[in-house]
Amino acid sequence: MAKTYDAGVKEYRETYWMPDYTPKDTDILACFKITPQDGVPREELAAAVAAESSTGTWTTVWTDLLTDLDYYKGRAYAIEDVPGDDTCFYAFIAYPIDLFEEGSVVNVMTSLVGNVFGFKALRALRLEDIRFPIAYVMTCNGPPQGIQQERDILNKYGRPMLGCTIKPKLGLSAKNYGRACYEGLRGGLDFTKDDENVNSQPFMRWRARFDFVMEAIHKAEAETGERKGHYLNVTAATSDEMMKRAEYAKEIGAPIIMHDYITGGWSANTQLAQWCQDNGMLLHIHRAMHAVLDRNPHHGIHFRVLTKILRLSGGDHLHSGTVVGKLEGDREATLGWIDIMRDSYVKEDRSRGIFFDQDWGAMPGVLPVASGGIHVWHMPALVNIFGDDSVLQFGGGTLGHPWGNAAGAAANRVAVEACVEARNMGRELEKEGKDILTAAAKHSPELAAAMETWKEIKFEFDTVDKIDVAHK
Amino acid sequence: MQDYESSLADAASRKFETFSYLPTFTPEQTRAQIEYIVSKGWNPGIEHTEPENAADNYWYMWKLPMFGETDVDAILKEVEACHAAHPDNHVRLLGFDNFAQSAGASMVIYRGKTV
Repeated sequence: MAKTYDAGVKEYRETYWMPDYTPKDTDILACFKITPQDGVPREELAAAVAAESSTGTWTTVWTDLLTDLDYYKGRAYAIEDVPGDDTCFYAFIAYPIDLFEEGSVVNVMTSLVGNVFGFKALRALRLEDIRFPIAYVMTCNGPPQGIQQERDILNKYGRPMLGCTIKPKLGLSAKNYGRACYEGLRGGLDFTKDDENVNSQPFMRWRARFDFVMEAIHKAEAETGERKGHYLNVTAATSDEMMKRAEYAKEIGAPIIMHDYITGGWSANTQLAQWCQDNGMLLHIHRAMHAVLDRNPHHGIHFRVLTKILRLSGGDHLHSGTVVGKLEGDREATLGWIDIMRDSYVKEDRSRGIFFDQDWGAMPGVLPVASGGIHVWHMPALVNIFGDDSVLQFGGGTLGHPWGNAAGAAANRVAVEACVEARNMGRELEKEGKDILTAAAKHSPELAAAMETWKEIKFEFDTVDKIDVAHK
Repeated sequence: MQDYESSLADAASRKFETFSYLPTFTPEQTRAQIEYIVSKGWNPGIEHTEPENAADNYWYMWKLPMFGETDVDAILKEVEACHAAHPDNHVRLLGFDNFAQSAGASMVIYRGKTV
């Protein structure tokens, strides 16, 4: 029977709270952590979040009756306590797939983290996780090449790849910059990297950087007989300019380029990833601005969501945190989003902060990049935590070697190979790490010098954003 | 401070990807890596090339990959047979992971005369 129009303000929960709803396999599911204002009931807030992130507005409108709102609306279908935190609760919301444009993480996120995050009845709101149904995953282009294809392009098998971000971050001339790259690559690195804020400043315009770095790659390849790359950062003020730089990188034979997917924007990223796939280029993704969104445990977007967004939008590498270095990253949570990057199916696992099963189908994986304040002493733990399908990136830990970049690179290369060899023999890396490195250093003066330089450096601070666990 | 010795002119500067920054493996070390390949359920395969063509993707296959072979001695014997037949060539051992459609392991066991 047709409904009648009844103007006015209804409670959200009358329409959007559906505790008996069973989510469909094709629904996009979201878990929000809601911190309410005092006195607002949980069901009403969960329903409000469902409404404001889908079809609803604050009042009834007559045009609601021109459509099948019961089909299109988001549904709050469950509420759970947050372990160890009484100030907030989890709300689970199901969205019908037809609410979203195919292949557009931009569209999905505009709904899910749009106006609703400024909603007055909420003190704070955090998007903890999203389940993208395989039906939606299949509409996205995903990583341009994927892990297996990258290994084949670069001929790197059976070990993590090694990188180095060139420092100082800003101010080097193009020729000096290319020198720093060359030294790292000839010493045994697989990659060097533009720092994220290296775009095309007056001290070093992009075109000069690309040319000098390419000579560094060619010479290091000829010298070592191994394949090398440098992440040429094509992030730019406009996507036209970004594409221009990407085209030039391809023209001069660069195997890999780089983009900052949050500051650069997801439209630009998806465009670039598609282009990389069509043009045989690898795409390294940096995540500047992520900590603004993901570090506060009560407000923002969890990094596991940003990880899913990137895998759908497209990228072959993504910075993941290191667990052991200078940057924030809870170990279990990090293991969770590393799985999200690489695996074809990820099971719900609350101990790692994963709220939903996630099926990626045949979509290729993304290599996690561990970068930020790591050095040779971290190598055993890094190999153990990240495994072979990763890029371990030592910036200061390469360039800060007392004998220079080539020696720093060689130290890291010897260390990673010694750790992989030991792991393959069944040795426990985190327990026996010191012995493994000390033995390897007997044959590598570069490694011995690196171990001496960084023996005292630790980054032991408490993590701000931890997995929610009961503590009482 | 020590100079980093590496140059285009010196063939000893050429490396061979994974494990080539470590000293040449002893027979026991090689054996342990083959045991690892077998324990992962990967299929061992042997390839060789003239040193001047080492940069190619495709080296020559020595027979077919040893599908289902788990006997470390049998695998080592084939590596040695390949080396005996092509003493001047580089010889590498791979562990093919058919689920990942990639090599899970790859290591050069005999080096020919590097160029």
